[in-house]
This record gives sequence, structure tokens and C-alpha cells, in this order.
Amino acid sequence: MTQESVITDEMRAAINVESEPLVNDVEAGAIKKFARAIGDTNPLFNDEEAARKSRYGGLIAPPTFLRSMNSGPAKVSVESPYPANLDGGSEWEYFEPVRPGDRITVTTYLSSIHERPGRLGNMLFMIRETKYVNQYDTVVAIQRTTGISYKPS
Amino acid sequence: MADQVYFEDVEEGQELPEIRKDTTTQQLVMYAGASGDYYQIHYDLNFAKNNNLPDVILHGALKNAFLGQIVTNFIGEGGTLKKLNAQYRGMDVPGTPAYVKGVVKKKSVENGENIVECDIWLENSEGTHTTPGSATVSLPSRGG
Repeated sequence: MTQESVITDEMRAAINVESEPLVNDVEAGAIKKFARAIGDTNPLFNDEEAARKSRYGGLIAPPTFLRSMNSGPAKVSVESPYPANLDGGSEWEYFEPVRPGDRITVTTYLSSIHERPGRLGNMLFMIRETKYVNQYDTVVAIQRTTGISYKPS
Repeated sequence: MADQVYFEDVEEGQELPEIRKDTTTQQLVMYAGASGDYYQIHYDLNFAKNNNLPDVILHGALKNAFLGQIVTNFIGEGGTLKKLNAQYRGMDVPGTPAYVKGVVKKKSVENGENIVECDIWLENSEGTHTTPGSATVSLPSRGG
């Protein structure tokens, strides 16, 4: 049985259109809470005294802490026709540490969209790139994510 | 801080110190709160089952965090994480142990930086690699 494509022209029109920016404030408490939630006891993420003596001179955020930050709303929104969503994976590039007191501006855009049959039926893949920029206009990280959606049978 | 690993001390094929993870439903709720990811498949069993899932499942991004942890543990304060990749191939459920593992794949010097590439993965109690990934780091040199 051939599956009809669920990718519409409206969805294609959203490709490469950057979202509105959103500024996220980084708080020391949020870093420590995140480190606790992931079960990571690294002093750089948990212990201000120990972190102060490190080469960073203070607390830094664990690598995936940026997952707690949101971008602004999409200028061209793209909705999957499928109600169920899975996260397919992330690719991160890091350039600068994230510290308490940072103000991180987050923008995201859809970089590509495709579909193929999988174990849960026809699966729609949306690749997004999210950029994190600090208050000094330095890109601290880029995250490329794969969102997968499907129709529960 | 733990002892620093130096570029000279690392060999291709070397294993990264593994981490055992005993993820509970409570930890999934903590992660939902800390990350802001409130998708119900991670804490609402009925919702998960209505989405054809066997149980509530670990957030992919939580497993990504586990992969980050084995690398930041390994490189210590003196190392720098440059790239981190995770692919969520299989689902993981709370209540069973999983193991974060890794191996040094390649050493090279690029633009004066001591680069080490690692394969990293989350392995469930049946030995399946549910979450393969990779990392690129730079390490300090003994020569300073």
C-alpha cells in the first residue's frame, strides 16, 4: 500500500524561516536543579565553591542544560498531521560555557522535512536547528534535533 | 576535583569509566520539571499506552544528558566538550538499570588542539545499545 505524502506546501514554506527570538535568563538554582534531575554530581555543575577554584571561576551548566530553554514563536508555524511525537536525537556543537547570569537568546528554524515508513507506520521527520547566543553576541551552542511524528494505530 | 586526564595518557580503544543509571519514575518527573518537557509519555502510563508505548519512557534528552555526563566526567575540568551527538534508536523504561559506556575512537592534533573522538552509548540490561552517540573533545597536554 502506498502512503500518500502528508508534507504540504505550507510545511515546505516554513523551511529556513527563523523563529522569533526569546531571551532566557540562566539562574544558578536552575543549573543545580537540572544537574540533580539528570543525576550528575560533577562539582562544576553543583558546587559553587569548588567551581570557583576551577579554570571556569564559577558554576557552569551541564552540556544539555540548554534543553530547558525555549525559542520564540515560529513566524511560519508547521504542524504535523500526526498526534504522536518522538524525539529522534540531537547533535550539539559547543563554543562557550553557559554560566549563571547569562542571558541566552534562542532562535530555531526548520531545516528539512521528510517522511518514510517505520515500525510505527508512516513517520514524519522534521529536522530543526536551534541557536543559543549569549549577552555578548557569542554563539554558545547550536543544537540540531530530529522530531518524529506518527499516527497511533 | 578528580585527577585530570591528559592527551598523552589517552589511547585509541581505551574505555571511558562507565556509569550505571537506575532511572525511576520520580527522576522522570524531576527531569520534566528541570527541562520544561512535560510531554505525558514520560510520566502518564495511560497516555503512554494510548500512544502504543509499553510503559512511560525516558526522555530522549535525559539519555542525551547521560551521554554528556560520561564525557564531562572523562575530560575533567581541563577538557572541553566540542560536539555531542545522541540518536534515540530504542526506548528505555524506568525501573531497570542501564549503563552509559564509551570508548576512545580517534586521537588527532588539529589546529594546535588535542582532539579526541569517542563513541558513547546507553546500553540496557539486555545489552542493547538503545542510544548510540559520539563526542568530540579537546584535552590539555602534559606539556601545558
